Amino acid sequence: MDVSQMQGQLIDYTASLFREGFLDDQFTQLQQLQDESNPDFVFEVVSLFFEDSERLLNDLGRALTQQIVDFKKVDAHVHQLKGSSSSIGAQRVKNACVAFRNFCEEQNTEGCLRCLQQVKQEYFLVKNKLESLFRLEQQILAAGGSIPMVE
Amino acid sequence: MESCNCIEPQWPADELLMKYQYISDFFIALAYFSIPLELIYFVKKSALFPYRWVLVQFGAFIVLCGATHLINLWTFSTHSRTVEVVITTAKVLTAFVSCVTALMLVHIIPDLLSVKTRELFLKNKAAQLDREMGLIRTQEETGRHVRMLTHEIRSTLDRHTILKTTLIELGRTLALEECALWMPTRTGLELQLSYTLRHQNPVGFTVPIHLPVINQVFSSDRAVKIPPNSPVARLRHIAEKYMPGEVVAVRVPLLHLSNFQIYDWPELSTKRYALMVLMLPSDSARHWRGHELELVQVAVALSHAAILEESMRARDLLMEQNVALDLARREAETAIRARNDFLAVMNHEMRTPMHAIIALSSLLQETELKPEQRLMVETILKSSSLLATLINDVLDLSRLEDGSLELDLVTFNLHAVFKEVVQLIKPIASVKKLSVSISFALDLPEYAIGDEKRLMQTILNIVGNAVKFSKEGSISIAAGIAKSEPLLDARAPDFFPVPSDSHFYLRVQVKDSGLGINPQEIPKLFNKFAQNQSVANRNSDGSGLGLAICKRFVNLMEGHIWIESEGLGKGCTASFIVKLGIAGRSNEPDHRVVPLNRVQANFPGLKVLILDDNGVSRMVTKGLLMHLGCDVTVTSSTDECLRVVSPEYNVVFMDLGMHGTSGYEVAMRINERITKRHERPLIVALTGNTDRATKDNCFRVGMKGVLLKPISLEKMRSVLSELLERGTLRQS
Repeated sequence: MDVSQMQGQLIDYTASLFREGFLDDQFTQLQQLQDESNPDFVFEVVSLFFEDSERLLNDLGRALTQQIVDFKKVDAHVHQLKGSSSSIGAQRVKNACVAFRNFCEEQNTEGCLRCLQQVKQEYFLVKNKLESLFRLEQQILAAGGSIPMVE
Repeated sequence: MESCNCIEPQWPADELLMKYQYISDFFIALAYFSIPLELIYFVKKSALFPYRWVLVQFGAFIVLCGATHLINLWTFSTHSRTVEVVITTAKVLTAFVSCVTALMLVHIIPDLLSVKTRELFLKNKAAQLDREMGLIRTQEETGRHVRMLTHEIRSTLDRHTILKTTLIELGRTLALEECALWMPTRTGLELQLSYTLRHQNPVGFTVPIHLPVINQVFSSDRAVKIPPNSPVARLRHIAEKYMPGEVVAVRVPLLHLSNFQIYDWPELSTKRYALMVLMLPSDSARHWRGHELELVQVAVALSHAAILEESMRARDLLMEQNVALDLARREAETAIRARNDFLAVMNHEMRTPMHAIIALSSLLQETELKPEQRLMVETILKSSSLLATLINDVLDLSRLEDGSLELDLVTFNLHAVFKEVVQLIKPIASVKKLSVSISFALDLPEYAIGDEKRLMQTILNIVGNAVKFSKEGSISIAAGIAKSEPLLDARAPDFFPVPSDSHFYLRVQVKDSGLGINPQEIPKLFNKFAQNQSVANRNSDGSGLGLAICKRFVNLMEGHIWIESEGLGKGCTASFIVKLGIAGRSNEPDHRVVPLNRVQANFPGLKVLILDDNGVSRMVTKGLLMHLGCDVTVTSSTDECLRVVSPEYNVVFMDLGMHGTSGYEVAMRINERITKRHERPLIVALTGNTDRATKDNCFRVGMKGVLLKPISLEKMRSVLSELLERGTLRQS
């Protein structure tokens, strides 16, 4: 596959992620911050997000399976996750977190567990998508092309 | 025996003494006889002795004395009267001659002495004549040199050659060790070593112009002796201990060739001087003599005269040219005025009916119409809009042609221009199901200086063409910096985009997968009114002027535009390169003086502190600020923040949603810690919740603004600008 075909593929894929709501405008903002002094900015931020989120999800899992659930702590974790996901533009994850927080306020353990599942699902989906995106970008760069930006 | 009058010696008792006397007398006589012989011998040898008869006299006197002494020999014993008589005669004669000689000598000796004085006098006179001869010879030589110098110096009329030749000739004529020319620098505050006779590379030596020794030389119109250790005479390295011989400096008047006022051409227009320094060799005991100094002055005067002549000639030529140019300009102005008048009139005359047609057709469109009528009205509208565009294009093009169009240089966001073009073209592209993509090279600056409007017009035209002539597929726009290698376009082999400190060349390539162009048609594309005839353009609109106008714009921006296509059906690539200024350089006005409604592009050196406990959000904010050029420090806890904060920081971005701590408290502690108001960093809150209560709380604790997360690049930029301008984000 030659470079322009790969670029076309990347453009289509990115467009689809936006269309389907996985990513929002904030991700575009991140892409704009990438420049020659900071060539791997997006990758670094997203990697950090993956680390953070996985830790938070584990903590959440543990906290919700306690005998007595500390909703304050759970809320704090969800707040963190919401913050991270909105910072990188992971729209669906963020929306799931918002729903999660509502259940926390109501102190509804069942609801929270359901939400946690939802959040996990969304998280793994977006993680998958982003990893594919990065792979495509690496391929293009390896073939000597440059990353096009879709408007 | 008769008694003689001599004393009777006592024979036996004084025989020894007698014997000695005898011998002495004998020797005396001998000497007395030999002296005249010697005299005669030497006089005979010398031809010049004027007093011969004095010698004779003297000789006689000596001989007689000798004779007397000789005859004395006989008186020691008893002697006869004859001897007595002889002695007496001899003595008498001797006495006579001696007296005569003595008397003569009284006359002669002064004469002899005066001979000596005369001799001395003559010697002096001879020496003096010698000197005068030497002088005359030197003067004659000097005269010869001056003629040679004149000839050499006047053989060329180039200003620099004249001065250089003067230097060389003087060096040769006077056998100088070193000769140097110091010219004033452009600032007029220093003298720079421009040329030396023997030193090979006279670069970089400068000497301030207001040294006392230099002032002394400049204020006198003669050559002045200067001390050999003054800075203008020290041409060798300071490490070498070398003292040149005597040094002389003279001023060389320079003409201010920058001022050619025709009516104001005084002879005293030379206020600037160059300095010529002449050094004698140090090992010869030569000194600067009067005529040599005069020679130097003559040489300088000659060179000055030559330069004046050249300038006069140049002035005359310029005057003639001036007159001719003036005439040409006036003619051109008349022509332009005539054309502008024509255009203005035609413009107005054409636009008025146009306007009426368009306006009334639009109004008609609003009314109740039958389908065929509607179709007709729409066609009328479309045609009249086309015509209006055509009129505008023609006006533009004619202004472009005669060069009266000037570029409107502003600093603008390069990326934004492309995005806007895409925005404009998106509707049409999406209708045709074409995908449009842009890719920016990493080293493309975000801001540039140039004519934003016309650049956009050019890009829009090209992209529009790409869209127009593509039925399906995709359009890709690539923007980057042109490297300084020759273009691969055979039609412009001389075009080399060479970037400089203040300019760069933008290269834009628009590739489409559309109808393509027959390679033979390509050269005609940029001609006026040419259209691509090989394709049935039933739906083609436009005057065919678009590419011609683009080419004019690109040329105005000192660039080049070209189209490549592999053939019909194979798509085509349009590319252009234009020259843009680099924004953010030192020739930009000071950023602090930026007016209120102009947002700063970059904030170099702005020290910012971030406090946020969420790693991802912290990283994003840091990336944002670093992209804007700030010097960012991150902290993840209140303790860390309070430890790090100091008056060095200009802004603090604080996340309010931090777990466990109150951002308000931190703000208050920071303001307590730094007591001086003007040293405090501006604290801005970042939060996901910007309701009234939060805002009030923030401002109450002394924060300067509240921002909603997540924050975009543009928003952050305008926030920082406003903070720096007004010190607060609060709307008062």
